[in-house]
Amino acid sequence: MSRALPRLDSINRDFWTGGAEGELRIHHCNDCNQFFHPPRPVCRHCLSENVAAKAVTGTGVVDTFTLNYQKWHPKMEVPFVIARVEVDGAPGVYLTTNIINCDPQQVDIGDKVKVSFEQQDDVYLPLFEKID
Amino acid sequence: MSVNEAYITGIGQSQIGVKLDRHPLLLTVDAVKEALAESGLTIGQIDGVSTYPGRVPQMLGFSPVGADDLIDALGIKAKWYAGGGEITSQLGAIVAAATAVKAGLARHVICFRTVYEAGATAKPDEYPMTRRDRVDGGSQWTAPFNAISAANWVAQYAMRHVKKYGLTREQLAQISLTDRAHAALNPRALVREPLTMDEYMSARLVSTPLCLFDCDRYSDASTVIIVSAGDAVDEVKCTPVRIAAMAGSVDRHSWDQAEWMASYQTGPDLWKQTDYTPKDVDTVQLYDGFSFLALTWLEALGFCGIGEGGQFIEGGKRIALDGELPFNTFGGQIGAGRLHGFGFAHEAVTQLRGLGGDRQIKGDPKVAIATSGGGPLATALLLARD
Repeated sequence: MSRALPRLDSINRDFWTGGAEGELRIHHCNDCNQFFHPPRPVCRHCLSENVAAKAVTGTGVVDTFTLNYQKWHPKMEVPFVIARVEVDGAPGVYLTTNIINCDPQQVDIGDKVKVSFEQQDDVYLPLFEKID
Repeated sequence: MSVNEAYITGIGQSQIGVKLDRHPLLLTVDAVKEALAESGLTIGQIDGVSTYPGRVPQMLGFSPVGADDLIDALGIKAKWYAGGGEITSQLGAIVAAATAVKAGLARHVICFRTVYEAGATAKPDEYPMTRRDRVDGGSQWTAPFNAISAANWVAQYAMRHVKKYGLTREQLAQISLTDRAHAALNPRALVREPLTMDEYMSARLVSTPLCLFDCDRYSDASTVIIVSAGDAVDEVKCTPVRIAAMAGSVDRHSWDQAEWMASYQTGPDLWKQTDYTPKDVDTVQLYDGFSFLALTWLEALGFCGIGEGGQFIEGGKRIALDGELPFNTFGGQIGAGRLHGFGFAHEAVTQLRGLGGDRQIKGDPKVAIATSGGGPLATALLLARD
């Protein structure tokens, strides 16, 4: 599917390219030991600048979702699932993503999912699929 | 009149249409002239301007007229002005104006919201959409996943209500059905035909659980609200309406990191600013860019419990024009057009002045609520004729 891609910079590059090594990387504070997202050069929990991207397990839980039926572009293939996934091991961090490789009608809140990267150019998009 | 208060002293509105030929600055002037005529003020008495979100060059249809444009075009000598999108949603511009007049920075402030989203699509040469090769800022966290529209973002909040509280499409439909029934009584409304439950239930889905009729649509219009200082109200000839309380909030201005919607913070905060309670409210004008936002405002403002919004509006009688809590009596954005927040304040004042015509609620309404936003940003105003 055609997608708008993010412009990479020094702050977001680890997130968007971690998939090259198969890693979902979320910004983490080395002082207070908490994760935060989106990535920024300062921790939103303790204001420390001692922060860096850190790999998490890549699993998560569907917090909520919607089936998109509207063709926002003529070439868009619908329906597809947009979901907000709560990232395991990083409390309070959510990712908007797509749930792929399943019947869209079978996605529900609480579903366990794992990351599946889709490469487009220099970007590795963290999509998710259901864990049976 | 209390000198330490802020009042709404004039309201005005242009025609509301789709792909209007009239220039958006002239739509704004239409609304300004109507508001001035109603208030009895002259442009020379205006010394402040406040707007949302200011001129947005990369999305001109979304906001084609900035405060700078209006000040220069009308020869306003302003002592205070403001316009920007980094505020607690559209009615935040009225909060800013009320704060300014209370502080003595200005006496009479024109607040306006002008939209030309439909017209812009008809004139792509004049209103080009700036396209970038890559997305950045907040958009990078949603657009790559084709979560492009606010419909997708609101739909995910709505899905939580469906799954957690059992909200049904038949219940949610009452927002749109009520909007459309009331719009039929509003001569200016964009859509004048009522909507039936059958039409709603058979409409195509946009983003579950939202269908086409849960969404407002691009419109061209301008709405003006004049906010005046308490010690300047005696210069005005129409009935002033006091801004009895105001509240706003933002937790995280992203649609996917905030734990919950901003309306649920702002609703309770509004009541902390006033001795009025929900049972004193005669009518509510609640933001309905998507129907679900209005439903959550009913919960957030305490008219029913959290999760009970669907049952509260079931059947629609309670929120009808002759119900116990008349709702969006002008048709809301779903019926009257996407006025983008300001229409709710305009209608609250209209009702409190008894000038609603065919859609005027019965009795002697004295207290009304107007809200804007409800997702990551929220603003609520309590308006009183007291």
